[in-house]
Amino acid sequence: MAEEGERKAVLETVQADGTDGNCVTFVLHDEDHTLGNALRYMVMKNPDVEFCGYCITHPSESKINFRIQTRGTLPAVEPFRKGLNDLMGVCQHVLNTFERSMKEYRAQREEEMQ
Amino acid sequence: MAAKRRTDEMRDRVVLGEFGVRNVHTTDFPGNYSGYDDAWDQRRFEQAFRVDVIREEGDELEFDMVGIDAAIANAFRRILLAEVPTMAVEKVFVYNNTSIVQDEILAHRLGLIPIRADPRLFEYRNQGDEEGTEIDTLQFQLKIKCSRNSQAAKESSDPNELYFNHKVYSKHMTWVPLGNQTDLFPDADFRPVHDDILIALLRPGQEIDVLMHCVKGIGKDHAKFSPVATASYRLLPDITLLQPIEDEAAELLQKCFSPGVIEIQNVKGKKVARVANARLDTFSREVFRHESLKNLVRLARVRNHYIFSVESTGILPPDVLVSEAIKILMGKCQRFLNELDSVPME
Repeated sequence: MAEEGERKAVLETVQADGTDGNCVTFVLHDEDHTLGNALRYMVMKNPDVEFCGYCITHPSESKINFRIQTRGTLPAVEPFRKGLNDLMGVCQHVLNTFERSMKEYRAQREEEMQ
Repeated sequence: MAAKRRTDEMRDRVVLGEFGVRNVHTTDFPGNYSGYDDAWDQRRFEQAFRVDVIREEGDELEFDMVGIDAAIANAFRRILLAEVPTMAVEKVFVYNNTSIVQDEILAHRLGLIPIRADPRLFEYRNQGDEEGTEIDTLQFQLKIKCSRNSQAAKESSDPNELYFNHKVYSKHMTWVPLGNQTDLFPDADFRPVHDDILIALLRPGQEIDVLMHCVKGIGKDHAKFSPVATASYRLLPDITLLQPIEDEAAELLQKCFSPGVIEIQNVKGKKVARVANARLDTFSREVFRHESLKNLVRLARVRNHYIFSVESTGILPPDVLVSEAIKILMGKCQRFLNELDSVPME
């Protein structure tokens, strides 16, 4: 909470005492199931991850606790970053495919009209 | 072989039994099934993924999204409902209101009217800013007074004949450009999506004179900002007949499903039931009420086949809304990636 009052925090990390960087709870501010569940799915798809889960701390707080625990010594930030990048990749492909299908559908409709 | 088939069913189908739904959760994560490579593979995803547009009529869009998980499909749906921005009336300045509709009710009703203005042309208003500028605000005026029609027939009791302006409609709202908005939007036509939304009823002498500020907002903040009337998905139904079903049983089976799902064919003088189009079914599960049929049919849904239906309020076309929703999810990812890159993690 170093920047409180100045700029609203976007991301914080919480780590229990005596643990390595392979079990980390990320606090994602202003997020809910929308990103939480999608990101959890992508992170769970990573074979290096032993555990991944999230919870909404309280209905009146707009933040989620997102926990990642990796196998071995890999820092938990790595699968977190990979999950975000993978989700971006999925979205980009869905967007391209959707817009192409939409265009094709309209062209076909136009053809039928003539 | 049978074990493999059972595993595949668990992975690919949500099965509807007589007393509950089986295999609801996604389980295809690495380490859960031996013999399957469930690690994320973008190339494999791209090969299997497809979108088929089924129907686009006016403000409605139906499309199939195949090869994606519930977590991500649901994110798109949730963003459509709550996070794609639109413009809506947020502040109402009441100069005069002698109608029987109280000021706060009137303000609420005005807020719910969809305004045809592309939200991408505007910025969010800063918190605490009461004034608003041309980049974040659209101003509308509603000024109307009811009067008696002296030409009306003496014995008439029809208010439409007796009074002028006794019905206040959304078409009476007029855009009042702020600052340099006339130059900014030379061919803009900002107005309510529908002209015939009834706002209030007046009687002679009553008048409404209000000024409205529309701002950009999202549905999470207030439902009036939601750009869709509905956005939902369902999974593609999959109905399997486990044994041949003939004659009376076939006719009974047909009646258990929505029209068009089961068809009856004539094979060598026998009536044989066949699944014609499972997509039409609504899963009433009527079939489970018949002791003779319930073990002959398997009702399931295809886990990764989403039938989306998006109905826009008319502010933006539904396909634009879907594209925007996908971009918003990308923006969320980018926001945290930027944060990871800018703040060194200890």
